[in-house]
Amino acid sequence: MEGAPRAAHPAGERQRTPQALQKDTTVAMKILAAMSGGVDSAVAAARAVEAGHEVVGVHLALSRMPGTLRTGSRGCCTIEDSNDAFRACDTLGIPFYVWDFSDRFKADVVDNFIEEYQAGRTPNPCLRCNEKIKFEALLDRAIALGFDAVVTGHYASVLRDEDGRVQLHRAADDAKDQSYVLGVLREDQLEHCWFPLADTPSKALVRAEAEERGLGVAAKPDSHDICFIPDGDTRGWLAERIDLAPGRIVDQEGRDLGEHRGAHAFTVGQRKGLSIGHPAADGKPRYVLQVRPKENRVVVGPGELLEVDRLVGIRPSHAGAPHPAVATGEWIDALVQVRAHAEPVPARVRWNQRDGAPAVEAELSGSLRGVAPGQSMVLYVGTRVLGQATIASAHSSAWNPDALGAAL
Amino acid sequence: MSHAPVYLDHAATTPLSEAAKAAMIEHLGLVGNPSSLHGPGRTAHRLVEEARERLAAAMGVHASELLFTSGGTESDNLALKGTYWARRRLNPAANGILLTGAEHHAVLDTVQWLVEHEGATAHVAPLTADGLLDQAAWEATLADHGATLAVSTLMWANNEVGTVQDVPWAAARSLAAGVPLHSDAVQALGHVPIDLGTAGLASAAVSAHKIGGPVGIGALILRRDQKPVPLQHGGGHERSLRSGTLNVVGALAFAAAAEAALAGLEAEAARVRALRDVLVSGVLAGVEGALLSGPADAERRLPGTAHFTFPGAEGDTILFMLDMAGIASSTGSACTAGVAGPSHVLMSMGASEADARCVQRFSLGASSTPGDVDALLAALPGAVAAARAAGPAAGRRDR
Ligand SMILES: Cc1ncc(COP(=O)(O)O)c(C=O)c1O
Repeated sequence: MEGAPRAAHPAGERQRTPQALQKDTTVAMKILAAMSGGVDSAVAAARAVEAGHEVVGVHLALSRMPGTLRTGSRGCCTIEDSNDAFRACDTLGIPFYVWDFSDRFKADVVDNFIEEYQAGRTPNPCLRCNEKIKFEALLDRAIALGFDAVVTGHYASVLRDEDGRVQLHRAADDAKDQSYVLGVLREDQLEHCWFPLADTPSKALVRAEAEERGLGVAAKPDSHDICFIPDGDTRGWLAERIDLAPGRIVDQEGRDLGEHRGAHAFTVGQRKGLSIGHPAADGKPRYVLQVRPKENRVVVGPGELLEVDRLVGIRPSHAGAPHPAVATGEWIDALVQVRAHAEPVPARVRWNQRDGAPAVEAELSGSLRGVAPGQSMVLYVGTRVLGQATIASAHSSAWNPDALGAAL
Repeated sequence: MSHAPVYLDHAATTPLSEAAKAAMIEHLGLVGNPSSLHGPGRTAHRLVEEARERLAAAMGVHASELLFTSGGTESDNLALKGTYWARRRLNPAANGILLTGAEHHAVLDTVQWLVEHEGATAHVAPLTADGLLDQAAWEATLADHGATLAVSTLMWANNEVGTVQDVPWAAARSLAAGVPLHSDAVQALGHVPIDLGTAGLASAAVSAHKIGGPVGIGALILRRDQKPVPLQHGGGHERSLRSGTLNVVGALAFAAAAEAALAGLEAEAARVRALRDVLVSGVLAGVEGALLSGPADAERRLPGTAHFTFPGAEGDTILFMLDMAGIASSTGSACTAGVAGPSHVLMSMGASEADARCVQRFSLGASSTPGDVDALLAALPGAVAAARAAGPAAGRRDR
């Protein structure tokens, strides 16, 4: 909240202005409820209906092979999920449709996921899906068809500052907070978002509410995996799509340790599957410190070197009005989060330029372990999400793997 | 919604006729399995056989040529799989199936299954741009592959575009080539005059719910000399070709609906056609770029069907906008996941995949009124405009 004095809003305190309403919910709006088939989106839609809006439910068909019935853990795109969403809409008395975004999902999320791994990075496909599918393809179509807002079952909250500009904040329930995967949303997208579960103190209450409302999905398990990798075996899935070529494993000083079966099969922080025959001199386990796809090399070393305190992010986006420091380039105090549900870490942050393009730099006051390029660094002040950037490099102030370049 | 709900999807299913409803209500309390050997059984048997005779008479076939099934899908499956298997038993080399690409999924997917699992080879004969059979190509395929064809199939009227094929012509050619011809007559029965006794026609599928009967009953018209391998085994009902306790109430309602539909066909077709023509000229005048599908000769189209391409406007978005305005229409085909793909019918008529996504079918029937057409003509231009705006909007933003 730029205009407000900082002292009035110590970190962690919810920064809510008196008129902090995310949408003027007193006026009937045309709302498009994105229905995954899960309990959260069903309750979110129910609340929109109850608030007197004209609500239409839409399930996104994202799989290129519609019609698979999945057993075990759940994700999106199954017939069962589509049917659960349909039944929830029946219960709410609202129309239901399936919109097919499978082509865009493949191009923008699945193919991107593969490309990122090919480039040695570790992407977050859920974040990407929010950015490109739910709050771009879906939102754009909804707006074009005359809707005012899109409702989803995300746990995060959209508030407005004194000037009426939108801000993204953490949800009331820290354990469920999903502001991280929404950190990519820009102001123009947030303008049309409504997350009715923002203030729900816990997921248990959402389930109880679903039960009370007669929604059949009340007890449906949460989805966890990447939806397009149903068995959760990301490595195996990638191995079928990326040609692996054997290459060298080196240590943090560039010493050759043996052969790997393909750099793309590794991710930073990984310990298992290195199969280096001989132990390290100090007898301690070795971890993947860096994946270098261009040279097809994997750099390994002791766990301490996974601790990073210097992050550089590229392609920054702003979740609302850009922070004033974006223009001035000054350092500000913020919190940096690098994974959904990871602890945020206090840091000094500034926006600047890198290779002529906008970038973000963060100096952590603590350290984080196993941060891989490609992950999103989401920046918070208190509960507010300032925005995010894609991590281009992460290293410790004591050791920079890029310095190895010369040694190899 | 400023008007009563408007139902423009009679080709998907049409309301129960008064005659069918009365027949059902009259017999809903009936007890007795038509196969049972006691009094109530005989009563049920009498009723179902009376229904068969009335239905057969209305359709111009003999009662023994009519097998009750659960509907059009089952009839198509039984005719195609059963005939394919039976013919291959006689001649293992006969694995060919002649068809066009515009068939209903009940035919198309059955043939696809036979190709994938039973060693069949599909010969897909082309259509002209207006959806009619390319007769020269059909004859050429019969000439080239006649000896190895197990079965040929040609739908009488197309469920999306409404094109009415010259089935008697094809039946005569198949007869000459010694290949059985099956016709899916689900959309044609009760809407255009058809002769199910046509020489050379081995079998035809019909369904009650497309002509004012209930869902869940249909029939396979099967010439006496045809012996398809059954799909279902059991009590040996229906010439031992379709086991399963007979649906007496359904059969009575089907017969009542067929009698009503066929007796009033000419007058009702003229009424519906006039409405449809108003709809067509209104759409062509009111929606920029609208293209009517199908043969120019209106006699070669179903009287109640109007099918359009609206280039640049995705069919499922038009449907969405019309539905929100209280108007029920169709993109033609939907898969189980509720996602409309491009129309295979339009693609088989030579349309691009992009255009085949931009289609909408409006189908009129017994309950249709001029008010329905007015409501559509008022809402459609806006729906198409919105769909055209939403298409690019849902495309990829510049990155
Ligand atoms: C041409 C055609 N064949 C077959 C069917 C399937 O008939 P039923 O719904 O009775 O199984 C339909 C109905 O959708 C149809 O239009």
